[in-house]
Amino acid sequence: MLAIENYLIVSAILFAIGTIGVLTKRNAIVIFMCIEMMLNAVNLTFIAFSRHLGNIDGQVFVFFVMTVAAAEAAVGLALMIAFFKNRESIDVEDVNLLKL
Amino acid sequence: METIAMPAINLAVIMPEILLSCIAMVLLLVNVFVPGNNKAYLGYLSIIGLAVTAASAVGGWGPSVSAFNGSVVQDNFAIFFKVIFLISAGLAILISDRYMVQEDCNQGELYPMILFATVGMMLMASGTDLMVIFLGLELLSICLYVLAGWNRDNLKSNEAGLKYFLLGAFSTGFLLYGMALTYGATGSTKIQAISSYVMGNPGVASNPLFVVGMLLIAVGFSFKIAAAPFHMWTPDVYQGAPTPMTAFMSAGPKAAGFAAFIRVMIFAFPMLRAEWSDLLWILAVLTMTVGNIIALSQDNVKRMLAYSSIAHAGYALVGFAAVNAEGAAGILFYMLSYAFMNIGAFAVIILITKKGEVNGNVQDLAGFGHKKPLLAMVLSIFLFSLAGMPPTAGFIGKFYLFSAAIKAGYVWLAIIGVLNSAASLYYYLRVMVFMYMKDPEEDFEWAGATPAIAVCLLVAVGATLVLGVVPGTVLELAQKAVQF
Repeated sequence: MLAIENYLIVSAILFAIGTIGVLTKRNAIVIFMCIEMMLNAVNLTFIAFSRHLGNIDGQVFVFFVMTVAAAEAAVGLALMIAFFKNRESIDVEDVNLLKL
Repeated sequence: METIAMPAINLAVIMPEILLSCIAMVLLLVNVFVPGNNKAYLGYLSIIGLAVTAASAVGGWGPSVSAFNGSVVQDNFAIFFKVIFLISAGLAILISDRYMVQEDCNQGELYPMILFATVGMMLMASGTDLMVIFLGLELLSICLYVLAGWNRDNLKSNEAGLKYFLLGAFSTGFLLYGMALTYGATGSTKIQAISSYVMGNPGVASNPLFVVGMLLIAVGFSFKIAAAPFHMWTPDVYQGAPTPMTAFMSAGPKAAGFAAFIRVMIFAFPMLRAEWSDLLWILAVLTMTVGNIIALSQDNVKRMLAYSSIAHAGYALVGFAAVNAEGAAGILFYMLSYAFMNIGAFAVIILITKKGEVNGNVQDLAGFGHKKPLLAMVLSIFLFSLAGMPPTAGFIGKFYLFSAAIKAGYVWLAIIGVLNSAASLYYYLRVMVFMYMKDPEEDFEWAGATPAIAVCLLVAVGATLVLGVVPGTVLELAQKAVQF
């Protein structure tokens, strides 16, 4: 069995890739996929700790995270479709009517 | 094979949540089976549902009861917050119908969606397990993404929904990662167990897993309460979302964010209060100052109130930074009075703006004070309260928060708070100058109030003044609520 550090490092790298993707990508769907990657990195962390600690809580948490991610995907894609209908683009550069 | 012990089930503890979810589901069905385009009746049914839920929640006032193996608790702290959530949902529902009809988006699902969001907030306040807090937060957030993008033919609303969704999901990632690392460092997701682990192993405070985990949780919650520097989404989402939903978002969910933040930070880590305090005062100063300074230059009233809501989160953080009972009680009182005064202000704005939210700028208010003296006076009361002038609720709330900071030794933090408050007077008074001292460039016809909005305004003005003149009872309740 691999030591827990290996799993933690992999998940930290996945999380970082997801974060960088969110900050640099311009397509809303790709950004959303990067967010999903962050959530899955978290899931990996939970499972690694759960195994390491011999405690089932972390695995239960993962089921909830997956369920919530699915619900979030449904709502998020619906919002993107609504935006696309009016703007004919899902580039976040075009999400610019309200100025920062 | 490990056997799983069945935890003791005590449904009475989560009765308010169960009731409200059932009511929301029934209303969804009612909406489908009752024909017709007038959906106002769903709003009234929702308000009855909220009242029943509030009665059930208040019935639990007294000693705290923990249930579901320590995952949920029914204590005065949670009950006080639940009442704030139910009030802000009720007031937001009262002002929804007219706006939604005007903007052609009065789908009946609006009301159940608000109720589900309220269930999420209630779970956040009563959850004592990171899992429950996370689920409550997501139930709330997912409903809010939909509510922010409710007006789907309006590009601004689309943008608000999309932005809120992308940034909200992003911040959820950080919060979750923080929870995962905290779980790894302490071996449990239950706040009670985390707390006793930290007590038993003080060395954990220097464990990088634990420290990074806690910081990430703090970042996640700071996003939800719109504290600087995690506030960037707030003005855009608040401006683009339908006005009643902006009112709702600025009152209820902000309070829910504070409820969960206080629960996790103060309960789980009593040993680390000094460290939290250092972190929180930086957040408080940044949030107040950024919110107020940018609000000074805003012309759109909704956007101005969005920045002002960031500033108000900063005032509440002053009480939080004090990490004492007075500070926590001050936050409770402040969130309650903020719900009344802010939703009230938004209610007047709903009456002022026309379809498509035209004339939402300060300049368009010129002459309003002479055409509609009563409404202008009501708006002035809310703005005075937001600015923290006596004899309104806003003054008592700020006074209490700042005195908690002074008690904790943060005299200069209280001074920065008062200075900020003085700066905020400028942009609140600017609205009043336009209302009373300028003549309109074009002739606007402002619509009168509908009965529902009139009720909302009456309740909000009444509460703002009553809480400002005789705050004793409510302050006492708030103090009882924070005796952990």
